[in-house]
Amino acid sequence: METTDFALEVEGLEKGFDGSAVLKGVSLRVPRGSIFTVLGPSGTGKSVLLKCIGNILAPDSGRIVFEGRPLRDPAAREDFRKRCSFLFQGNALFDSLTALENVALPLEQTTSLGKVEIFKRSLKALQQLEMKDFADRYPGRLSGGMQKRLALARAIVTQPEIVLFDEPTAGLDPLRRNAVFSMIAKYQRRFRFTALVVTHDVPEALAVSDRVALLNQGRIAFEGTPAAFAASSESGVALFRDSVDALHRTLAAIRSEQPATS
Amino acid sequence: MVRQLGQTTLGIVRDTGDFTLFCGRAFMSLSKTRRLPRRILRAVYEQGAVCLPVIAIVGVFTGLVLGLQGYHVLSRFGSEGLLGTLVSLSLVREMAPVLAALMLVGQAGSAFAAELGIQRNTEQIAALETMGVNSLGYLVAPRLIAALLVFPAQAALFVVLGLWGGSLSGSVLLGVDSGVYWSAVERAVEFRDLRECFLKAASFGVLTTAICAYMGFHADRNTSSAGARAVSASTTRAVVFSSITVLIADYVISSFFI
Repeated sequence: METTDFALEVEGLEKGFDGSAVLKGVSLRVPRGSIFTVLGPSGTGKSVLLKCIGNILAPDSGRIVFEGRPLRDPAAREDFRKRCSFLFQGNALFDSLTALENVALPLEQTTSLGKVEIFKRSLKALQQLEMKDFADRYPGRLSGGMQKRLALARAIVTQPEIVLFDEPTAGLDPLRRNAVFSMIAKYQRRFRFTALVVTHDVPEALAVSDRVALLNQGRIAFEGTPAAFAASSESGVALFRDSVDALHRTLAAIRSEQPATS
Repeated sequence: MVRQLGQTTLGIVRDTGDFTLFCGRAFMSLSKTRRLPRRILRAVYEQGAVCLPVIAIVGVFTGLVLGLQGYHVLSRFGSEGLLGTLVSLSLVREMAPVLAALMLVGQAGSAFAAELGIQRNTEQIAALETMGVNSLGYLVAPRLIAALLVFPAQAALFVVLGLWGGSLSGSVLLGVDSGVYWSAVERAVEFRDLRECFLKAASFGVLTTAICAYMGFHADRNTSSAGARAVSASTTRAVVFSSITVLIADYVISSFFI
C-alpha cells in the first residue's frame, strides 16, 4: 500500500518548440521533504521540465499536481508560487542591487512585513548561508560559489516548501560542484524543504539525493533510489552512468594504438 | 505579393495589439506594486537627473541657433524686434518637447531597453515572476509614471535654457535690445502654447518609455539573433521606433492645436 506523501506529481507532461517535441509524456512523483534529482545528458529537456513545473513555461499537455491540486487552477498556481522558490542556472541575481537588497526583494514585494522585519529576516538568511559579511557587496563582486549561496539565500528567505534547482553546478569545477551539492544537502536538512534538482553530475547527485530519475530523449528512462540507479543494468541508465568508464576505455584504446611512423 | 502584404498587415495589427495590452497591463500592475514611490523616485533620477547635462547643452545651443538664424531672416524684413516671438514660440510649441524627447530616448530610453533586454537574457525577469513579483509592476510601471513627470520638466528646462541661448545670440552678440527680446517673449507665449508643450512632452514620455520597455522586455522574441545581439537589436529598434513615434505624435498633437 502506498504511504508516501508527495509534494509534487507530474503526469504525462509534454512540451515542444517549433514543432519539435522536447518532453514526451514525462511523469514523476517527488516525495515531500526529499532531495529528488533529475539526471540526464545535456539537451534532453531537464531545464524545460523544471521551467514547466516552475510556471515559467506553459506545458503543451499533461498535469502538474501540487498537494493534490492541479496547477492549471489559478488559485493552486498562486499558492504554489508562494510556497516554491526557483534557483536559476545563472543565479538570476539583480546586479544593480546589493546582496542584502537581492535577498530582501521577494519579502519587500510579496509580503506586508515592515522595513525592520524585512531587514532582520534578510540578514538572517545571509547569516545562515555564511554571507553576512558580504551584505553590502554587489553580485558582480562575488565569486561564483558566493553568488550561488546568495541565490540560495534569496530562495529560502521566504521559507519555501519546495526549491527547484536548475543545473546548480553548471560551469563549476569539481571542488565547487561538491561544495554546491553539500550546500543543497545541508540546507535541505536544516530548512526541511523539498528539493527538485536537475543536473548531469551523476556521482554528486547520487551521493546527496533520496531519489533520482533519468530523463533521456524527453522521457523518464528510470526512477528510483540512488542505489537502484547505481545497480541498474538498463542500457540507457548504464550508458549515462558509466560514461566516465567508457571514456577511460576509449582513451586506453587510443593510447594502446601504435603511433604512425613516417 | 498580396500574401506578403497581408502577412505584414496582420503582423502590424498583432504587434500593435500586443503593445497596447503590454501598456495596459503595466498601468494596471501599479496597484500591485509595493514601495512604488521609492521605485518612481529612482526612475525619476535615472531618467531625469542623469540626462540633465545633455538637455542643458542641447537647449542652450538650440536657442543660440534659433537666435542666430532668426535674426538674419527677420532682419531682411526689418523685423528684428520679433526675434523673441520667433524663438519662444518655436521652442515652446515644437523644439523643446520634440528635441528633449529625442535626447531622452537616446540616453535614458536606450539604456532602459538594454537593461530590460539583459534582465530578460539573464533570467532576472523570470526570477521575479517565480518569486510572485509582478515584473511589469516592478520594472516598467514606475518608469511610465516617472516619464509623465520627467519629460514635461525636461521640456520646461529646455525652453528656459533655449530662451536664454536665443537672448545670448540675439541680444548680446547681434545687438537686439534685451528688453525688446524679453517683452516679445512675454507677449508671444500664451497658456495654450504651454499646454501644448506639456501635453506633447507627457505624451512623448509615455509613448517612448512604453516602446523602449516593450522592446527590451521582449528581447527574447527576436528570432534572427540571440544573446548580446538580441539585446543590441532590441535597443536599436527601441530608439528608432521611439524617435519615429515622437515625430508622428508631434504632427498629430500639433494638428489638434492649430
